[in-house]
Amino acid sequence: MGKEENKKSIDKKISTVKFECSQNSHLTVNQAKCAKCKQKPCLFICPANVYIQDEETKEIVVQYENCLECGACKIVCPKKTIDWNYPASSFGVVYKNS
Amino acid sequence: MNIDYNADVIVVGAGPAGVSAALEVARDGRKVVLIERAKYPGSKNMYGGAVYTTALREIFKEDFNSIPYERVINSHTWSFLNDTGSFDITYKNSSATSALAIKRFDLEKWMIKVAKKQGVLFAPNTLVEKLILKEGRVVGVETEQEQYFAPIVILADGVNSLLARQIGLRADFKSKDMILSVKEAIKLDKKTIEERFNLKDDCSNGVNKQYFGSYFGNLKEYKNLFMMTFLYTFKDTIMLGVGANLEDLNKNKLNLNQILEEIKLHPDIAPLIKNGQTVEYSAHLIPETGYNKMPKLTSDGVIVTGDAAGFINSVHFEGTNFALISGKLAGESAICALEKNDFSNATLSIYRKKLEKTFILQDLYTYRNIIEKLYERSNSISIYYPKKIKELFEIIVSANCISKSSQIRKYAMSYFKDRKISELFKDIFSAIKCVIDVFFGK
Repeated sequence: MGKEENKKSIDKKISTVKFECSQNSHLTVNQAKCAKCKQKPCLFICPANVYIQDEETKEIVVQYENCLECGACKIVCPKKTIDWNYPASSFGVVYKNS
Repeated sequence: MNIDYNADVIVVGAGPAGVSAALEVARDGRKVVLIERAKYPGSKNMYGGAVYTTALREIFKEDFNSIPYERVINSHTWSFLNDTGSFDITYKNSSATSALAIKRFDLEKWMIKVAKKQGVLFAPNTLVEKLILKEGRVVGVETEQEQYFAPIVILADGVNSLLARQIGLRADFKSKDMILSVKEAIKLDKKTIEERFNLKDDCSNGVNKQYFGSYFGNLKEYKNLFMMTFLYTFKDTIMLGVGANLEDLNKNKLNLNQILEEIKLHPDIAPLIKNGQTVEYSAHLIPETGYNKMPKLTSDGVIVTGDAAGFINSVHFEGTNFALISGKLAGESAICALEKNDFSNATLSIYRKKLEKTFILQDLYTYRNIIEKLYERSNSISIYYPKKIKELFEIIVSANCISKSSQIRKYAMSYFKDRKISELFKDIFSAIKCVIDVFFGK
């Protein structure tokens, strides 16, 4: 499965997961530092496809609503620029079958 | 220190470790508050699919009988995948009851019910943002709304334990010490599962399959990545997931879902999940910090337990039993400190001594170098030997009208010709080292 196809596959799977969406993101990136990051592993490692790059501005867009709260992004981030927190009480992923 | 305490002990995180710790303290007649960030306990948690009954019985005693499991897991298959099939070893024991398939949503809900009945004060829907320190000692927690104080705080806040990091009990994680796992809950009807896996209809048996060998399907360019696939039968759901080292994934620029999708097409696995509907997708980290990179387990006023301390044995897929028992020992240690009215690290360090007397630190010690050895030889384990097993069985089963003796000789010689001879010796030495470690472990 190629990268584009995989993104579609993930989006479809994320639609099976229940979330309580907060207005505020629990994940924050530092765009200035991200701009200098060559690898940008957040763009491919996240199993929920939370991080995407805006084609025009080249900024990292954080789709925190899809976050499965695993913590992988923060660990692989080479510049340690991801401020990773848990969503506020009552928000975020709600697994019922896992 | 003059502090108005709200409880004797605060436990952060209502997974198996946290509930077990809180129960232990409550049973001693003390006031314990168990704080959980999720609205519903278990709804942030994910695992392969089975809990182990020895530890559950020890913690939950007579209440154990009310555990709402879906199936008893008593058929275990170790399957070595190759590109077109597999070599399987299956062990079945129809009377075994040592593992139960249960969803975390149901498990934690049940555990909390028991804990509340026995006096644990449960505070769900409450995120602990940070620990409160006074004169270098942990004296409470700060939630979004308020501050709670207790002379001892037990951290059972899971693999990412932000609180252990906050007070410097652990360093930042390295990606090579973490496994990322993704899983799908695949719905089928109960009867179909029973037919496919040859199960009785009373849920008294069920299947766990662990697939070794790396299978990349159409992702041909990836060769050096150690992965494990798992499958569990639930009542009307199949849990299928895969775990891979985070550093390997990063180096290969690979998303784990790509691998899972290829695995679902493998000729051995596809028929098992055919016509199933994915009803949930989940992801979680598994700590492989082990014995060598264990966090500091105690400090003044605080104890770390369960996944937060990296207590798992990934070789044997054990985690919930480590969490339950380490939580209990954390609770016992807290009681010791309360009795002495001394909450210093020196007193709480009895926790480590207790852990050393159990399988938790004994197994962690025994396996301290084994994971690293497996990674070092990952190409052999994941690719080379599954291929060699396939070659051997093709000789045995193909009736290809060539003299057996010449084929076997050629096959034996191939071990010296396929790769550099040094690779073979490295495999042998690593295997011997692992056997010695286990045999002469603690």
